[in-house]
Amino acid sequence: MKIPSTALSVRAFALLILIVLGLFLLNLGLGSVTIPIDEVAKILLGKDVENVAWQNIILKIRLPRTVTAVLVGAALSVGGLQMQTLFRNPLAGPSVLGITAGASLGVATIMLAAGSATTAFAIRSVGIGGSWLIVLASSVGAFLVLLIILAISYRIRDNVVMLIVGIMVANITIAIVSIWQYFSDPEQIQEYILWTFGSLGGVTNYQLGVLGSIVGVGILATFFLSKTLNALLLGEDYAQSMGLNIRRSRILIIFVTSVLAGAITGFCGPIGFVGIAVPHLTRSFLNTSDHRLLIPSCVLVGAILMLFCDIISQVPGSTTVLPVNAITAMIGSPIVIWIIVKRRHLKSSF
Amino acid sequence: MSDRILYTSNLSVGYSTRTVLSSLNLNLGKGQLTCLLGANGSGKSTLIRTLAGIQKPLQGIVSLKGTNLREVGPKVLAKQLSLVLTDRIAPGNLTVYGLVSLGRFPYTTWMGSLSDEDKDVIQWALEITNTIQFANRHIGELSDGEKQKVMIARALAQETDLIILDEPTAHLDSPNRIEIFHLLQELVSSNNRAILISTHDIDTAIANADKLWLVANNTIHQGAPEDLVLDGRLEKAFTKEGLSFNYSFGRFEKSREMSGPKVLIKGDALGAHWTENALRRAGFQPVLNSQEFTVEVTGTDSNRKWILNAQHQFETIEELLIKLNTL
Repeated sequence: MKIPSTALSVRAFALLILIVLGLFLLNLGLGSVTIPIDEVAKILLGKDVENVAWQNIILKIRLPRTVTAVLVGAALSVGGLQMQTLFRNPLAGPSVLGITAGASLGVATIMLAAGSATTAFAIRSVGIGGSWLIVLASSVGAFLVLLIILAISYRIRDNVVMLIVGIMVANITIAIVSIWQYFSDPEQIQEYILWTFGSLGGVTNYQLGVLGSIVGVGILATFFLSKTLNALLLGEDYAQSMGLNIRRSRILIIFVTSVLAGAITGFCGPIGFVGIAVPHLTRSFLNTSDHRLLIPSCVLVGAILMLFCDIISQVPGSTTVLPVNAITAMIGSPIVIWIIVKRRHLKSSF
Repeated sequence: MSDRILYTSNLSVGYSTRTVLSSLNLNLGKGQLTCLLGANGSGKSTLIRTLAGIQKPLQGIVSLKGTNLREVGPKVLAKQLSLVLTDRIAPGNLTVYGLVSLGRFPYTTWMGSLSDEDKDVIQWALEITNTIQFANRHIGELSDGEKQKVMIARALAQETDLIILDEPTAHLDSPNRIEIFHLLQELVSSNNRAILISTHDIDTAIANADKLWLVANNTIHQGAPEDLVLDGRLEKAFTKEGLSFNYSFGRFEKSREMSGPKVLIKGDALGAHWTENALRRAGFQPVLNSQEFTVEVTGTDSNRKWILNAQHQFETIEELLIKLNTL
């Protein structure tokens, strides 16, 4: 009798960490100006380099953006994994179930209430107190949408119905936002649209501290929930019969997901497809359903995907920057299609 | 009774809009395999969900080891009662070992890491259910019968005195069904466990249960299966127009006009039994003496021959029937 091989998982983890590190350095080196990797390493290690401009580019622009990419990938993937397990729905994910839409609405509401800066895009300029407020608003928005979805999923246990409800709830929030846009100035609308494209570059160094600590705590909390998530794999009735407090677990999972997805959406805009695609990629890569392995590997695979998307969106060697949201969709959608085709029965793909 | 694990007093189950079963005073004893037998839609699942604490009773109490079920905390309950449900949930990426080890949920730490004792229990559950040879396979690769055995192993790993199974053999073919029941019988007799199985399969229930809970007219009759057969309550519970209970075969049949040609069947008990079965289906009347037809079964096993009116000899019942139909 063998217990699922740990040696294999260790090797898989080592491989994933190496890829993350490689892409991390590559992302720092590539961009409108290409900086050699050994120079990047020197700058990171705090050694003196001849080219001060390179040092500034790396430390002030590329490093925050690259760290943001890692945080976004990790947070959205872990959020998506929790949603898929909780709803037992392979197509669940922050962007699909209207959670990011709820977060956007939360952000928009705060900006409206503040009166001065009526665009969500303006959050980039707020101070550290403002950052926390944004995170709170977008998390509350995400939480409310999730509660609605959860209440409906209680009554209707049909995956397709749930997805449709998610899309409808997203539409309602989008409608509210567009009413608000209708009464706004054209410049503000333009800024909002820019925000919806998604951007990793707008997070300043001290906002990064806020975002980083929230994502860190959120992922740690998810890891503490891994036994609960494993029990939920068999469905809520079984989980309950094994002694799980269903109501408390559900609220906890939803709370953690809302904070993760809400914080990311607040700072970087609604970034799609990462949350739905990465858990599937991770499961088929590791061939396991054990959340104790899935959560850390989702963090790594999410970081890899996001770093990769960021590199592409920078269009290395040119001054053009493409919206990162378009890149995640272009890479994420084929992955989702590939999963559906490969697995045929999505229900058994957990 | 001190050896009863679960009892209900004046229990009513159902939903706020509709009472499904009422005035239930039921007992589950140690070392007994009890079958909850009832037609589809008679409220078996509702009762099971109530007994398992998933659903609240409308009235009355369920008492588990002397404590009201509503007052038993989920963690304590999980160590006393385990379930095998009808949900065909299959996390395809989970291994058999991983799924069975989920049964240790109430015993493990917050991380769910398994102690040596946990591993021993899992090993035992896999061995006794004969699932150990595919312990490393994924659930998605198993057949329905194998899957059900794994779900039973998971319930066993929970180490509870009471196991409740909701329609565990509903998706299975006969050999698998018999294997599962055999396994459950072994489990109940070798330990001081109680097992409750809901099923709509009358034959299997009669053949395997120590006790039947028979759902009829919004209530439940309990007793040994044979008693319920002999006093006619089983027949009553399943009576439908045009169906009658065959007391010697222990099954329901479409009632037929017994007006066909009379046939006298002779021969060894087994041969005569199955010949009678075929003749009844073909519309003949098996009788004790007849001038019309006499069928004599000779030989044993695969060498049986059927002799009609001491003239024609047939190798199979099928040939016999063809001949009879032409006469």
